[in-house]
Amino acid sequence: MGLRNFLQKNRSIAKTEEAPPSAAKLPAKAQNENIYVASQWQLIWWKFRRHRLAVICSVIVIFLYLVALFIEFLAPYNPEAQDQKTAYRPPTTLHFMDTEGKFHFPPFVYGVTQKRDPDTFELVFADDTSKIYPLKFFVHGAPYKLWGLFPGDLHLFGVEGSEGRFFLLGADRQGRDLFSRIIYGTRISMSVGLVGVILSFVLGIVIGGISGYYGGTIDLVIQRLIEFIRSMPTIPLWMGLSAALPPTWTPLQVYFGITIILSMIGWTGLARVVRGRFLALREEDFVMAAKISGSSEWRIIFRHMVPSFLSHIIAALTLAVPEMILSETSLSFLGLGLRYPVISWGVLLQEAQNIRSVASAPWVMYPGLAVVLAVLALNFLGDGLRDAADPYGH
Amino acid sequence: MLEFITRRLILLIPTIILISIISFIIIQLPPGDFLTSYIMQLESAGQLVDQALIDSLKAQYGLDQPVYVQYWKWVSGIVTRGDFGQSLQWKTPVKDLIWERLAFTFALSLSSLLFIWVVAFPVGIYSAIRQYSLGDYLFTFISFLGLGIPNFLLALVVMWFAFSRLGISVGGLFSQQYVDAPWSWAKVVDFLKHIWIPMIILGMGGTAGLIRIMRANLLDELHKPYVVTSRSKGMPEAKLILKHPVRVALNPFVSTVGWTLPGLVSGSIIVSVVLNLPTTGPILLRALESQDMYLAGTFVLLLSTLTVIGTLVSDILLAWLDPRIRVQ
Amino acid sequence: MDQQLPLIEISNLKTYFPLDEGTVKALDGASFTIYRGETLGIVGESGCGKSMIARSILRIVDPPGRIVSGEIMYHRLRKQGEAMVEDFIDLARIDPASPNMRSIRGEEIAMIFQEPMTALSPVYTIGNQIVEAIQLHRKRTKKEAYEEAVDLLRRVGMANPERRVHEYPHQLSGGMRQRAMIAMALSCRPNLLLADEPTTALDVTTQAQILDLMRRLKAEIGMSIVMITHDLGVIAEMTQRVVVMYLGRVAEVSDVRTLFHEPRHPYTQALLRSIPKVGRKARIRLNPVTGMVPSPYDRPSGCLFHPRCPAAIAGVCDQKEPPLISIGDNSAVSCFLYGGKE
Repeated sequence: MGLRNFLQKNRSIAKTEEAPPSAAKLPAKAQNENIYVASQWQLIWWKFRRHRLAVICSVIVIFLYLVALFIEFLAPYNPEAQDQKTAYRPPTTLHFMDTEGKFHFPPFVYGVTQKRDPDTFELVFADDTSKIYPLKFFVHGAPYKLWGLFPGDLHLFGVEGSEGRFFLLGADRQGRDLFSRIIYGTRISMSVGLVGVILSFVLGIVIGGISGYYGGTIDLVIQRLIEFIRSMPTIPLWMGLSAALPPTWTPLQVYFGITIILSMIGWTGLARVVRGRFLALREEDFVMAAKISGSSEWRIIFRHMVPSFLSHIIAALTLAVPEMILSETSLSFLGLGLRYPVISWGVLLQEAQNIRSVASAPWVMYPGLAVVLAVLALNFLGDGLRDAADPYGH
Repeated sequence: MLEFITRRLILLIPTIILISIISFIIIQLPPGDFLTSYIMQLESAGQLVDQALIDSLKAQYGLDQPVYVQYWKWVSGIVTRGDFGQSLQWKTPVKDLIWERLAFTFALSLSSLLFIWVVAFPVGIYSAIRQYSLGDYLFTFISFLGLGIPNFLLALVVMWFAFSRLGISVGGLFSQQYVDAPWSWAKVVDFLKHIWIPMIILGMGGTAGLIRIMRANLLDELHKPYVVTSRSKGMPEAKLILKHPVRVALNPFVSTVGWTLPGLVSGSIIVSVVLNLPTTGPILLRALESQDMYLAGTFVLLLSTLTVIGTLVSDILLAWLDPRIRVQ
Repeated sequence: MDQQLPLIEISNLKTYFPLDEGTVKALDGASFTIYRGETLGIVGESGCGKSMIARSILRIVDPPGRIVSGEIMYHRLRKQGEAMVEDFIDLARIDPASPNMRSIRGEEIAMIFQEPMTALSPVYTIGNQIVEAIQLHRKRTKKEAYEEAVDLLRRVGMANPERRVHEYPHQLSGGMRQRAMIAMALSCRPNLLLADEPTTALDVTTQAQILDLMRRLKAEIGMSIVMITHDLGVIAEMTQRVVVMYLGRVAEVSDVRTLFHEPRHPYTQALLRSIPKVGRKARIRLNPVTGMVPSPYDRPSGCLFHPRCPAAIAGVCDQKEPPLISIGDNSAVSCFLYGGKE
């Protein structure tokens, strides 16, 4: 056994890494070499950028929140302006070509004549091609107060004067412009998601943190509580709780009441994520290394642990927003959530509860499209963020 | 295994107590007690208020006593006599109103659960083993839509479409002539003819979610070494995939019942309101609107309890499937 | 000893992975021969393609990877009357899902893996998994197959096999799992056992036991073993001949004694220098192989090793690919220092 002596019972050979030498692992290694000095956030951004759909959706989400910021300016009409004459007016067509074949930009709308069908007594609307109302950008129209503070009357687009009215998405039972109402609904619906998630996040972090920090019996009790809440059917609970909100409350109070109710159940998901990440990280070698090299508890938490789970938390938060939006919409749709005069997509959808009105004016379902758009965009964005949150994973 | 089940069953008791407390809080939340609103209701209807009846009700529910006594009376009434309290709106005991509706709610939720599994399981497997194929993209697209569209909106759209395009009404669980008819074979057939639309509507979101889960889990498992091991043994591919990675990917799948069932029961409430189904949904909504609190509280109590039990059953099923849990 | 009868002849085998970032050439023209009854070692750094050899032979390369060219000529012995006939099957051409390939897998060529925990399914008992292997290739009832499994477990040195057969992988220790894995691989008495880093995940004492077991079983069954490892100690202890691989190509083939005493290829020499030795003077640094393994997308031209090679000849090694030239019996080296320039 000369060879054995030669090796002196030492079995080792220079290895650049211990990973199994499968080809699938190779690209990751190559990449790490190229992006050697990139920060973690840079890596996350690079990985996120590759998720094409998520990038598109992030643009949509930003757009929706911008809309929510400037609803007064973007909506062509006052959402509360009622007019019996325009009740259930179908969506107005925008025309680029007039009857003589002349091209217009911006487009224009025709005047509308209405008469009753002598047989069915239904209102029939028809274009009156003799009247042309051109759409203009930056027109002065219905006065408003931006954010309830700054008075103004400038709108992104509209028809000058009060003569020609147009309804991009039709009008509701009381003749209000649905397009303007959907835009106004953006502010409430999108912000319910944010406020609700922030509330649940605070609850989740505090309770999840307590659970992770103290461990033992407290952890066990909180875990059972979370499991318990998660095993409950939420909608009956929400319904029960929101039905109990006093009818005398102001819209603002109801708004916060509803968000609090939603987050009282919504925090469990986030608490689980926080606790789970915390526990997983506590076992990581780099935390152990920091501990051994004498880092203080605070330094370990904020310098080492928080940065490595912050991205996961952000992703979890993003995924929680659409759930909140859906919950608010469902509750308001049932008439147990936000109520008139608050405008949210769910409140708008109440009009669609009656199959007769849906059948005669299907456009009252348009607020649903806004919900679907927002929920899908936020879901994809959250998905992309979650994938990117761990840039070192495969 | 037996120990596992016992432990879970013991945990069930505090859970149900907690549920009953929450339900009672919901009963208590609106200002005033139910008798005051009952009296007001009678008076506004111009009826004479029978003082003797009021006194007996007061004593029965302990309304002049502290809250915990009232809770105790309510709970002990349920446990000993099956008495859930009095419905103001229907003027009958709550227990006469709930059981059939609960049964329909769970019939709908469980059939949706079945639908979800039957669809999501093969589609998820297909999507995973034919990753990035045309079919995979198609199912992915459909399931993203299913995730994004809230089910009550889907119900609305289906209803609108059926009503204005096909000229049929899809509401309800029975045809007109069977609504009040006693149960018969024909009524069952009629029921089956009606339930599939709400079943699909209700199951859409869950199916989409489970397809994603099944696909992701199976994709994780497909490249695990034990699959390579089996392949290196010379196992035919189809048999291999079903016996090995699918079997492991099944576990997270089963454990999803834990949150699918509460979600379905929740969703069935709101879908039933839209489609006007004779489940708990519409009656619970009306009870809440008119502050018929014992009825509402009872629904919350029973829906939650039954859901928790359903979840427990799924957990036991999971443990039975996965030796790693069973043997511990 | 029929050591000179070839079992598998691999020539110019290329297994590529077309990925979004570029094509990874996991095997890029590997050639060598596995003889009947021998133990052949394949050694090299991570990512040199040594595992890909085993996967290519069994045709279980994960997509998108595939064999683009080359030959894996399998010499299959078949009884015809009294005489033995040799069939030639090119495993590189055969359809990997065909019944023919499946009958070779597991029955004639078996494989064991580095991580027995993950290589065994967590949801079935080890007995179930061994029985699966038996029933795939032999007509046995469940009961017979289980009896065979118990017998196999006993032969791989598992205490109390009647009980162990009904246990799940997570209930066994690492060494026990690897024994179960070996029992499974040997259940059909294969001609060739591909062992992909079989001891890497085990602790040192268990490693020795497993290696002993493999040696014993090899003598019993008379199969060939291909020992894929990065551990030169295992090579020295187990093998007769060694293939040194670098970036998907064969750098050197030689018998094990020559390899350790007179390594020819500069890469082999560098590898051997990197081994720490007991009894060496203190405070002398180890010599690792200098430089980094190049990126798989950006392979050097000419000899793949030339950027890291101390003996590289400018104008030659960076221009031309050195052929694998035969030097002496069963030895070959792919380096211009030993000729092949013209």
